[in-house]
Amino acid sequence: MDMELIYLAIPLASLFGAIIAGFFGKAIGRSGAHTVTIAGVASSFILSLMAYNHIVLQAGDIYNQTVYTWMVSDGLRFEIGFLVDKLTVMMMCVVTGVSLMVHIYTIGYMRDDPGYQRFFSYISLFTFSMLMLVMSNNFLQLFFGWEAVGLVSYLLIGFWYKKETAIYANLKAFLVNRVGDFGFILGIAAVVMYAGSLDYKEVFAAAPQISNQVLDIGFGEWSVISVICILLFIGAMGKSAQVPLHVWLPDSMEGPTPISALIHAATMVTAGIFMVARMSPLFEFSEAALTFVMIIGAITALFMGLIGIVQNDIKRVVAYSTLSQLGYMTVALGVSAYSAAVFHLMTHAFFKALLFLGAGSVIIAMHHEQDMRKMGGLRKYMPITWITSLIGSLALIGFPGFSGFFSKDSIILAVGASDLPGADIVHWMVLAGVFITAFYSFRMYFMVFHGKERMDEHTKKHLHETPWVVTVPLIALAIPSVIIGWMTIEPMLFGSYFADAIVVHESNNVMATLKESFHGQWAMVEHGIFSLPFLLALSGVVAAWYIYLKNPQIADKAQEKFSFIHKMLDKKYWIDELYVKVFSDGSRVLGKGFWKAGDVTIIDGLIINGSAKVVGWFAGVVRHVQTGMLYHYAFVMILGLVGLLYLFANPAS
Amino acid sequence: MFADWPLLSLLVWLPIVGGVAVLLSGDKGGSEGSRRLALIISVATFVLSLGLYTNFDSATSAMQFEERFEWIGDFNIYYHLGVDGISMPLIILTTFTTILVILAGWEVIQKRASQYMAAFLIMEGLMIGVFSALDSMFFYVFWEAMLIPMFVIIGVWGGPNRVYATIKFFIYTFFGSVFMLVAMIYMYYQSGSFAILDMHNLNLGMTEQTLIFFAFLAAFAVKVPMWPVHTWLPDAHVEAPTGGSVILAAIMLKIGGYGFIRFALPITPDASMSYDWLIIAMSLIAIVYIGFVALVQSDMKKLVAYSSIAHMGFVTLGLFSVFQILNNPANVDITGAVLAIEGAMVQMISHGFISGAMFLMIGVLYDRMHSREIADYGGVVNTMPVFAAFAVFFAMSNAGLPGTSGFVGEFMVILAVFKANFWIAFLAAITLILGAAYTLWMVKRVFYGEVTNENVKALKDLNQRELLIMSILAVSILALGLYPAPLVDVMHASVDNLLQHITQSKLP
Repeated sequence: MDMELIYLAIPLASLFGAIIAGFFGKAIGRSGAHTVTIAGVASSFILSLMAYNHIVLQAGDIYNQTVYTWMVSDGLRFEIGFLVDKLTVMMMCVVTGVSLMVHIYTIGYMRDDPGYQRFFSYISLFTFSMLMLVMSNNFLQLFFGWEAVGLVSYLLIGFWYKKETAIYANLKAFLVNRVGDFGFILGIAAVVMYAGSLDYKEVFAAAPQISNQVLDIGFGEWSVISVICILLFIGAMGKSAQVPLHVWLPDSMEGPTPISALIHAATMVTAGIFMVARMSPLFEFSEAALTFVMIIGAITALFMGLIGIVQNDIKRVVAYSTLSQLGYMTVALGVSAYSAAVFHLMTHAFFKALLFLGAGSVIIAMHHEQDMRKMGGLRKYMPITWITSLIGSLALIGFPGFSGFFSKDSIILAVGASDLPGADIVHWMVLAGVFITAFYSFRMYFMVFHGKERMDEHTKKHLHETPWVVTVPLIALAIPSVIIGWMTIEPMLFGSYFADAIVVHESNNVMATLKESFHGQWAMVEHGIFSLPFLLALSGVVAAWYIYLKNPQIADKAQEKFSFIHKMLDKKYWIDELYVKVFSDGSRVLGKGFWKAGDVTIIDGLIINGSAKVVGWFAGVVRHVQTGMLYHYAFVMILGLVGLLYLFANPAS
Repeated sequence: MFADWPLLSLLVWLPIVGGVAVLLSGDKGGSEGSRRLALIISVATFVLSLGLYTNFDSATSAMQFEERFEWIGDFNIYYHLGVDGISMPLIILTTFTTILVILAGWEVIQKRASQYMAAFLIMEGLMIGVFSALDSMFFYVFWEAMLIPMFVIIGVWGGPNRVYATIKFFIYTFFGSVFMLVAMIYMYYQSGSFAILDMHNLNLGMTEQTLIFFAFLAAFAVKVPMWPVHTWLPDAHVEAPTGGSVILAAIMLKIGGYGFIRFALPITPDASMSYDWLIIAMSLIAIVYIGFVALVQSDMKKLVAYSSIAHMGFVTLGLFSVFQILNNPANVDITGAVLAIEGAMVQMISHGFISGAMFLMIGVLYDRMHSREIADYGGVVNTMPVFAAFAVFFAMSNAGLPGTSGFVGEFMVILAVFKANFWIAFLAAITLILGAAYTLWMVKRVFYGEVTNENVKALKDLNQRELLIMSILAVSILALGLYPAPLVDVMHASVDNLLQHITQSKLP
């Protein structure tokens, strides 16, 4: 079968579902809407698997073609086109697979929502946009997809548009992302200026030549490639919620849970990670940019995880966990372990989507209560949710053998093997993160599924397992959360899976170092049990168990004793307050100032109305000249005549 | 189709004559007839203008569809019309927008409806005249005449403070154009011709060029409008009826940009080059400063008016950054200058659609609630869901979302000016944040949330006519955003020709 048609059909199938459900939602009704969108996304998923089969299993040709030419100006070709290689097909399968699960799950989660059809339309539109992003072969379409997923994220966070917190969060998300896009678009402009193309292949080919050039931006000369990479990475910081552009992600939890799983955990937020991995041929030339990436990632991984410890909203715990895990991926990018970053992206997509959907299942059962202090002991009532959430948590903390173990341990090992300046400190930071991850994950797990049942009687009476449309996706996601790491680590990290897509220079190649000590999955698991990360994770679990289950008074005492630290974490380091004061209040003050002082006072008040007044005044004065007395006029005429005669008589003057 | 017709004359005179006919049809015995006549004329004009596109030869930079007759022989003034790839899209934008304006005023304008429709038709003809005149005196006549219907539209159908607004509008624009007239007469004495294309080939000393450049600047900067001569625009918009605002934003502002392309750049390239920093600075102030000002507006129309100024900043920025772009010792094949000018052109067309859509959107609300204050709204999505969907779409286009036309021009200009200077691109790109901030914040306050008051609760969603207008605009914005090639392709030859004039010194 013609692969070109398949590649084209993959995004369009999802788009088709979105259009039908969006424009004809009323006509086709609820079941019509979910049937058509699920059919669309399922087609995308099946076709993606066919693409996977073709590219990976059959070792078919990499596809890199233009679909249509958007425009040509100045010799620069702006195109829409696809690049389908092994990195792309992996992303396509993850995106469509998770999206399909989320679509099915939504039938249960949004059952009573009046905006049912609209919701399905949006999530299918999201799938389309995300596919366009990952399948792009050029910077134009990348930016298209980039902004389109941002748009859908905006629409979905604000899905419940009556909720003040939701419409605050969606505006915030869009604007913070725009700050990232601001850097991103400048990065693209720099690429165009120095490489003269928007096409990945041509830009990558020009990278060695660009890497010798410098750019003078007023204060000193900068290496062009570093400027390009840092600007592009600023875009990634927005989309992948890296410090200091992370503030939008926790608030995005105001949206319905299915999209938290799909967009704000599994797929969209990893777009930045994917993009940097895709741009590895550029980033490899800039040690400055890589170091920057690594440090930002480490800060995010550690400090966002810490906040997760004090959250009581079940979704927010998972959200901060997502931030922290994105930090891990970014660290991996920084130490040139792109394959490890993408590998963690994939395992994380499954277990984090699972954790979110599990949290959603709990929320449904609890009648939309999200406060963990009002939960407890749910394992008796919801066995499937309980087991699958436990699996997700074990995968998240990197329990040996689970998918997260392989990916996270690889990242930690890669950091340990890196020679970048600061890599040793970062190594300790990511190790500390392991303990924290385990601690907050099992704090949540124990608070929700074990211990005393703290909910009210009414809720308790109605507690029961959620319907099959919810539990089937949980089970479907739990399976890869366990096994996908085991299955794919060898080809992805130590084989040639990414050989065509990811470029690593010899001097940065930490994965080659790791490969020397890799002797199969079993050996890694055996070794993992006695390694430091696992001991840290285990102590995190034990600590959580002791503090939140065995001896709950400790938690309260600790909170009192370390009230400042608790407050600092609870207030998220006061970053949101700072941004509100500086940026949102600041720009309003600035705007008012410009407007009142500039437009109203100086331009209109002084210059425009002022000059009108001057004219009026002048006319008032001049009016007196017109006295109406003939001899006044005659006198002036004579003066004028004398003056003219004088001029004519002395032409030289 | 229409290949052998005197298309440009028809396009100029059909709406003017038709407008007079509508005027004569009067309002006695109902305005239905005059409305229908106006609609028929505007649609016919639009269909005729499509003939310009289908018969256009994009391979040449020469003027096409030329018509030339002697008008005032003693002064060498000709009735001379013609279009190139720069003016042709603007004419189609004019004919397109006029239909929407006629439709938008359909039941809304009850007072002297025939006069209202006639004013817009006459203005349409005059604006097409501005874009197609190749004789500078002929151009000047249209340029000034165009003010009259707009003056009437704001003065008769405008808001409570309309007298201040009309006089401010008139004096501002008139002030600027007087200098332009002097410059044209001076050039006539130098070349013996009022033909614009002859002026392009005129050699002028630096002093003359500088004076002429500033004369043009006075005329065109007011029209665009550029900071700091922009303060007439928010006032005019606030007082103008919806249709007036649409024409003002969608077309009249473009005449300023068109003027820079047709007169200032090719006639005084050396002066333009030495003062490019001034225009760039004014453009960047428009983008950043005005962006902040837009943020704090409490009146929706003022907000969109300021947003227009900021978006038009990209037009002047693109046009005048070419000198610095060309100065950059390029290390690749892409010059950047073509991109900058074509980006400015695309931005003009796109802004025509988007600003028109934004003002029509406010008009829909104003017709129902008679308020433009953001604070009077809240939760409109609950009562007008279809309308809210369009509003979010138009707002996103205004914020330059890729896939809409609002993205194309801004993207091209940002890419191009990066070559001029990193910091120019940096400041220009701030629009990504500011544009989204002021537009979406307005959307949040007007559309989202719970219904805030009884008036909002009583709102009725779009009627068929409004739905039609909104759909046409949405489709146009989307089409141009997804496939801008048909627009950009017709410009290439003319832009190359313009660049030749710009890069070649006119000093004697």
